Amino acid sequence: MTNHWVDLRNTDCALIIGSNAAENHPMAFKWLTEAREKRGAKIISVDPRFTRTSARADIYAPMRSGTDVAFIGGLINYVIQNNLYFHDYVVNYTNAAYIIDDGYEFKDGLFSGYDPEQRKYDQKTWAYKTDPADPDKKPLKDPTLQNPRCVFQLLKKHFERYDVDTVCKITGTPKDVYLKVAETFAATGKPDKSGTICYAMGTCQHSNASQNIRAYSILQLLLGNMGIPGGGINALRGESNVQGSTDMGLLSHLLTAYLNAPTNDAAYKDLAGYIKKETPKWGFKTNTPKWIISMLKAWYGDAATKENDYCYQYLPKRDAKRNFTHIGLFEAMYEGKIKGVLIFGANPVVGGPNANKEAKALENLDWMVAVDLWETETSTFWSREAGADPSKIKTEVFFLPACSSYEKQGTVSNSGRWIQFRWKAVDPLGESRSDLEILYELGKRIKEAYAGSTDPKDKPLLDMTWDYPEEEEKLLDEVQREINGYDLTTKKLLPKFADLKDDGTTSCGVWIYCGMYTEEGNKTQKRDNKDTTGIGQYPNWAFAWPVNRRIIYNRCSADLSGNPWSEAKKVIWWDPTKGDPAKGEKGKWVGLDVPDFIATVAPSDPDGSKPFIMHPDGVGGLFAKMADGPFPEHYEPWESPVQNILSSIQFDPAAKIWQSPMNEQGTPDKYPIIGTTYRVVEHWQAGAMTRNLPWLAELMPNVFVEMSEELAKEKGIQNGDIVTVESARGKVTAVACVTKRFKPFNINGKIVHEIGILWHYGYKGVAVGDPANRLTPHIGDANSNTPEYKAWLCDVYKGVK
Amino acid sequence: MAKGYLVDTTKCIGCRGCVVACKNWNQLPAEPTGFKGTYQTVADFSGNTFTYIGFNEYEENGQLKWYFTKRQCMHCLDPACMKVCPQKAISIVDGAVVRDYGKCAGCQYCASACPFHVPRYNTKINKETKCSMCAERVAEGMLPACVKACVTGALQFGERDELLAIAKERVNALKAEYPNARVYGENDAGGTSVLYVLADVPSKYGLPENPQVSALTTAWQKYVKPYGPWLIALTAAGSILSFFSTRLLKVGQRAHEEESLHG
Ligand code: SF4
Ligand code: SF4
Ligand code: SF4
Repeated sequence: MTNHWVDLRNTDCALIIGSNAAENHPMAFKWLTEAREKRGAKIISVDPRFTRTSARADIYAPMRSGTDVAFIGGLINYVIQNNLYFHDYVVNYTNAAYIIDDGYEFKDGLFSGYDPEQRKYDQKTWAYKTDPADPDKKPLKDPTLQNPRCVFQLLKKHFERYDVDTVCKITGTPKDVYLKVAETFAATGKPDKSGTICYAMGTCQHSNASQNIRAYSILQLLLGNMGIPGGGINALRGESNVQGSTDMGLLSHLLTAYLNAPTNDAAYKDLAGYIKKETPKWGFKTNTPKWIISMLKAWYGDAATKENDYCYQYLPKRDAKRNFTHIGLFEAMYEGKIKGVLIFGANPVVGGPNANKEAKALENLDWMVAVDLWETETSTFWSREAGADPSKIKTEVFFLPACSSYEKQGTVSNSGRWIQFRWKAVDPLGESRSDLEILYELGKRIKEAYAGSTDPKDKPLLDMTWDYPEEEEKLLDEVQREINGYDLTTKKLLPKFADLKDDGTTSCGVWIYCGMYTEEGNKTQKRDNKDTTGIGQYPNWAFAWPVNRRIIYNRCSADLSGNPWSEAKKVIWWDPTKGDPAKGEKGKWVGLDVPDFIATVAPSDPDGSKPFIMHPDGVGGLFAKMADGPFPEHYEPWESPVQNILSSIQFDPAAKIWQSPMNEQGTPDKYPIIGTTYRVVEHWQAGAMTRNLPWLAELMPNVFVEMSEELAKEKGIQNGDIVTVESARGKVTAVACVTKRFKPFNINGKIVHEIGILWHYGYKGVAVGDPANRLTPHIGDANSNTPEYKAWLCDVYKGVK
Repeated sequence: MAKGYLVDTTKCIGCRGCVVACKNWNQLPAEPTGFKGTYQTVADFSGNTFTYIGFNEYEENGQLKWYFTKRQCMHCLDPACMKVCPQKAISIVDGAVVRDYGKCAGCQYCASACPFHVPRYNTKINKETKCSMCAERVAEGMLPACVKACVTGALQFGERDELLAIAKERVNALKAEYPNARVYGENDAGGTSVLYVLADVPSKYGLPENPQVSALTTAWQKYVKPYGPWLIALTAAGSILSFFSTRLLKVGQRAHEEESLHG
């Protein structure tokens, strides 16, 4: 989230798309309900079917799964065509005025530089035009936005094709409803209004998912909704600590705090190379050397010296040509290239795409260590219950019982980036331990196993700092301190990341978390629920990264001279009386939040009006480099019942296609129905934690598949019947939920049916059922490779065949 | 002044956090259910279910509606259940209609009399059970468990007068968009401590449009109840009392049928 949960109460309009917030993030509705009651805020729910969220929305707009770019592209077009964008904001705080390279073009669904062999773009022409005579190579700009090659005009042209009629032919949204959405959300383009976009997995789990979010960003920049209360792009993260896990670098391409992990590319051959590659010329990221070196100091302690590149060479250099995201990992496992796996609280046999294949892949492992509260479908993939033959499976499985969140302490980082400490409520059951203790023990024993080795390849393990106290409370405390970081000279905790150094005199595990645990104490434990800001920032409740900032990009809330665009939406402003003249300061940024800006850089200073300090240009990117294009473009999902009517390019041209066994692509002649998956509020993620609880199993006992009355009639299915859903990859049985809340779509004159099935069941626990992910494919987003769980093809019929 | 709580159906998201909180606080076991084509997997009270959420979907003029309604004892101001209880097991404590399980004989007369068909027999303790408005929590200064669990603010606990004022204000605000909006429970069934904000007519929420305490209950109170305690034993034997009890049960059932029509 660029904003935070409580901030939802400040919105004038919430566009909830790709999210069923009432179901999966009920707490969102605490604040949205308040916004609605107290400010008359409008709630818009865009979803293939009418959900619990739609029930509490002012407008419900049906949209076929996989057509988000078309839906939002149409809104972008509506806002531009009707002059509803926030002009001064767009001109000054985005790259709208920047002129683009003469070589850039877009034709029939493809951007310039496409290589069909590689399914990749050469992005050379997706660049700003510069004056050859300018030694600084500053981009050329046209603040009148009239130059046909400026970003604004190219954007306008790109999305002109997304007129309301065309969009509705793609999305299946009734035109009058679509126009109502457009009118309502576009009304937030005024300085005293804000609109928020709330999204979740319905946005992220598509082959062009990153571009869905890019489309949201463009819309929000056009409306001036970034950096203000009640605005922003708000990813409602699917689990209480998903934010924390990505912050900690649990993704295959990242170190901690979103520092890119090095690859075997020659550019990364040493620390200087890494720094060169990763450090831009302008903006806050010019601090990258301080972050990476402080992280290496936290990991390798005294062993990390200037002379040995702070042990940079100990970092694994992943193969740049290979893909180790979820799908890539399981494909490699299927090919037998992975020997062992540690699984912490994950259940891919239920939650992974193409679950039949992923279960099969596990059979190729020599060993698996599963750490969980319950035995899951994954830790018992070898059992007869799972339909496997244990005598034929060699994998040795170790199960380590983990304790639940109430039986341990530690922090979780919520979607709003608040790092909140949770105290232990009860002692763990039996032999169960916290994940941290399990990891600590593992690290300790691995180090012991290698102790005394002189083999250079074992050095990274031997030099890794692991001198934590054994006792759980102290262990946790020390880990939190290490994450925050130390001044290694004074051995004092660092107060903020601005104090990090690139000379090896500071350590910091996760630079964005620096400041969470200082000499003043552990700020994640702060629990002052007084709202000192009037807009619900609660600055003394927990600690928000970065530097306790609650609304990021908040420099955008003030105009070029540093005054709030409006009283209603003010966050920070420039106060010329607050500077320290002795230090040559002209004033200071003050207000209701920690400024997302250098506090003493005046609006009149050269870079005083570049609010996006994490970007090398300092402005919001309406035009930005992504694997599949600088502007979002609508393509059909990998499996779709219709042709793309916008261009001859059917599928995202840069998405990776896995040509591998057990991953058949279904065709509409055999599988004419769109399938999508989702959860219900009664169950949590893959369900191990809730399907085992009788009270929740009572409320949602079986897997069901929702379908329209029209489809049910066509298929002779009655409400409550047992039906089979079949895709090119597998079959599942489920109970039919025939409902008015799902309607067939009219897609360009053709009636297209969609069904939705719960994905979080399995054969373990009290509430059991088939995992719907047996149906979903191994195909991922072009940029992130997040699996396309949300739009695929299937057929449905009565009974079990 | 007495306590009550307000169920604002226009804020409820049907998450059933309240339902689980109630089972948890009252340590009521889960019962076997199955998904039968509606989210309303628990569709009625039972000896182990004091509260549930009704899910009702409609389509009117192309507009979809999905109503979520928390159901539990209404805590009537003049409770029929209390009137018929021969054991004097039922009393009103600060707005809550509570029962003394030590006194309850399990005769089920209260169930028959209740215009909302709330009390249910729990075979483990052989008593009629229902929501107590968490009187034992309230006595300790806590909120009822369901109210505490509700994230959206759909449930509010407090003085009934104040809640009534809030409810009326809310209904006024809703009227423009929802002409049928109304407060339920102000005078219905003689007034209840549980109040509802509805955006539509009660029957669409599965609530009886015109809940009545039957004339028989009054008759019961006048003529039979004084002899109640020693008549209980005869009920089982099918004495004269069965006339009353069957009749009364039918009344109760009718009210229930009315509800389930829309369930
Ligand atoms: S709703 Fe029924 S059980 Fe509850 S107080 Fe009224 S009569 Fe008694
Ligand atoms: S008031 Fe208490 S007993 Fe009644 S429904 Fe709520 S939690 Fe259950
Ligand atoms: S907890 Fe609140 S919002 Fe959820 S179902 Fe109960 S009353 Fe409705």
